[in-house]
Amino acid sequence: MNENILNNTKRTILASVLLMFIAAGCERSVDGLSEPDFPANPEVFIDGFSPGLNYLPYEDSRADAFTVDNQTFFGIRGASMRFDVPNFGDPGGAFAGAIFRDENGGRNLTSFNALTFYAKASNAATLGNIGFGQDFLGNQYEVSIDGLRLTTNWRKYVIPVPDPSFLTAHQGLLWYAAGPEDGDGFTFWLDEVQYESLELAQPRPSIMGGEQSPQTIFVGASTAVTGLSYTANLPDGRDVTVNAAPAYFTFNSSNTSVATVDENGRVSVVGQGTAQITASVGGVNASGALLINSLGAFQPAPTPTDDPADVISIFSDAYENAPVDFYNGFYAPFQTTTSNDFEINGNNILGYENFNFVGIEFNQNVPTIDGSEMTHLRMDVFFPDDIPPNSALGIRIVNDLGGNETSVRTVISPQNGLVSGEWISVDFDITGLADRSQLGQIILDSDSGPGLQGSTLYVDNIYLRR
Amino acid sequence: MRVALIIPLLFGVITFISSGCATNNEPEAVSEFSELIWQDEFDTDGPVDPDRWTFDLGTGEAIGLPGWGNNELQYYTDRPENVRVEDGMLHITARQETIENSSYTSARILTRGLFETTFGRFEASIKLPFGQGIWPAFWLLGDDSGGTVIWPQIGEIDIMEYRGQEPRVIHGSVHGPGYSAGAAITARYTLPQGRFDTDFYIFAIEWKPNSIKFFVNDIMYNEITPDDVTGEWVFNDNTFHIILNVAVGGTFVGPVSPQTPFPQTMQVEYVRVYGWDG
Repeated sequence: MNENILNNTKRTILASVLLMFIAAGCERSVDGLSEPDFPANPEVFIDGFSPGLNYLPYEDSRADAFTVDNQTFFGIRGASMRFDVPNFGDPGGAFAGAIFRDENGGRNLTSFNALTFYAKASNAATLGNIGFGQDFLGNQYEVSIDGLRLTTNWRKYVIPVPDPSFLTAHQGLLWYAAGPEDGDGFTFWLDEVQYESLELAQPRPSIMGGEQSPQTIFVGASTAVTGLSYTANLPDGRDVTVNAAPAYFTFNSSNTSVATVDENGRVSVVGQGTAQITASVGGVNASGALLINSLGAFQPAPTPTDDPADVISIFSDAYENAPVDFYNGFYAPFQTTTSNDFEINGNNILGYENFNFVGIEFNQNVPTIDGSEMTHLRMDVFFPDDIPPNSALGIRIVNDLGGNETSVRTVISPQNGLVSGEWISVDFDITGLADRSQLGQIILDSDSGPGLQGSTLYVDNIYLRR
Repeated sequence: MRVALIIPLLFGVITFISSGCATNNEPEAVSEFSELIWQDEFDTDGPVDPDRWTFDLGTGEAIGLPGWGNNELQYYTDRPENVRVEDGMLHITARQETIENSSYTSARILTRGLFETTFGRFEASIKLPFGQGIWPAFWLLGDDSGGTVIWPQIGEIDIMEYRGQEPRVIHGSVHGPGYSAGAAITARYTLPQGRFDTDFYIFAIEWKPNSIKFFVNDIMYNEITPDDVTGEWVFNDNTFHIILNVAVGGTFVGPVSPQTPFPQTMQVEYVRVYGWDG
């Protein structure tokens, strides 16, 4: 076996010498074939670990999920990286996940444009996340692919580097996180893990998921450019899209007297008007934009005056809030409401956009609220845009959700105070709900006034009082 | 594992170098086609030169060839959005937009009735677009004698056809009676390095009696002679015209994917024809 390898190597060297001779013979310059000078080691795991790598599992992951497998490998010899994803309920850890970090201060990988590897799995399975740039030191240049589909055969995978010029001291060479599928764990293997320079082309960065994403906002608020991705076309013609960290992007504001944007894509609203936040990667403009519509100075909701002793707060900066599962359940498939919560001068506001209905819950991983002593549900609501015709806001509070479920609902219409441009203080008498001992859900809806669908609303100071 | 990786790489290198040498060792191939008899250098910005080019318009339905005989999806126009000369180059642009009942627009220009010839070296310097379902071509079609002779009897020479989903591969083919459409006589050429959608490449044929040689840059990757075709050789008498087009979808390339980016542009630096000296 070893002798064969040696023979192969000899043959290879011989062939190289022969080639050089031929090349010289036809006086043809062979551009691009000269030996690249390796500024640093692009290898992560070939037949074994490259020097200086450290394995750092995530907290709560199965610490022994990773082993070096000498029985299974790509090619004719060597070893592979083996990962055993635990079954659901495994006491050793709920998932498998780790980073592989260079502990010698990093590598200069600016001359490579992709992380590549061969992978296969014990059964057709989906690897939750895999990528590079996680180093537990800020993860500044993190890149990942979500939901990488693996087969039972070795296949080569490519993760493009959005702009390799940033990888001058690259430490986070590889990271992954994988959980069980339908409760079942699985095993997957990686081999020939390395950085390469490939014929990638047609770079297509994108922000805000490639959409022109409008956001109505106030002076003093901050928000962020999100939905950052980068698509490249592989030599075989396939596109690969990765999630890419903001550090690869250069951000720009079309109107810095309205909004400024920093190198991490964080936007600060400084004046009234509109501004378009755009981005580029390596000189290529990203698709999508964040369209800031600043309404000017923010008018905060009136500060609540109820005695904290008479209040159970769900969302307010004036009181200590009870634990809540979420302020937007994103109920599939009929909910359109998205969240765009923001904070102005320490005052947190719930922002709901493209509204049809939304649920706030406190019953899943947190205790339900015993509101037996409480008589009213209070909240402040603000509609920044004109109220469309046939609009009404429904507010429902639910006791013993999914059990012996009861609820009460009120409707705010233009006839009883639904206006735009000013805070509406709702004070809803909930004593009609006989059992208030296991309150678990508040629903805002547009059922009684569908004209409201698609609107933006801000909500603050949600609490029960007596 | 190392060895396994290195060996295929070397094979690639050998192919590249030996092909390169082969052309260098055949200088006579160039001298057979010495006189430049037709050219468009696309030097004047604006519409294409009407003395050199005409247009095929619509979906082919008007001439009884819906989808241009290949289930193609585009509607051809002569608008500047689809065909124009800019920065010294011809741009043919496929767009995703609805015209009539088509979801895509593009352009197809041809020299029919303006320049037709038999034999010669036909070459064009082209940078190709990319993406699933994009089908650009640089090709020749034989004269139909006023509609009395029909395809494939008239003959077709595809100097370059390309699938947008295979950015390193082009095809060169001939179609004739008994060897047309899916049964055309064809050869693939795969770039050993680089991509057709990132640089200009020169696509050419050198055509003389009983021989058509296919080239990418100075690499000859195929020769077709009467011995290679499974029917009558129709390339010794008829005159042929030049066609440049970008199709969308169709039998050769398959459907467009939702991820295919639009617009997609084929850029052509020049088209030149050298007569055969024989």
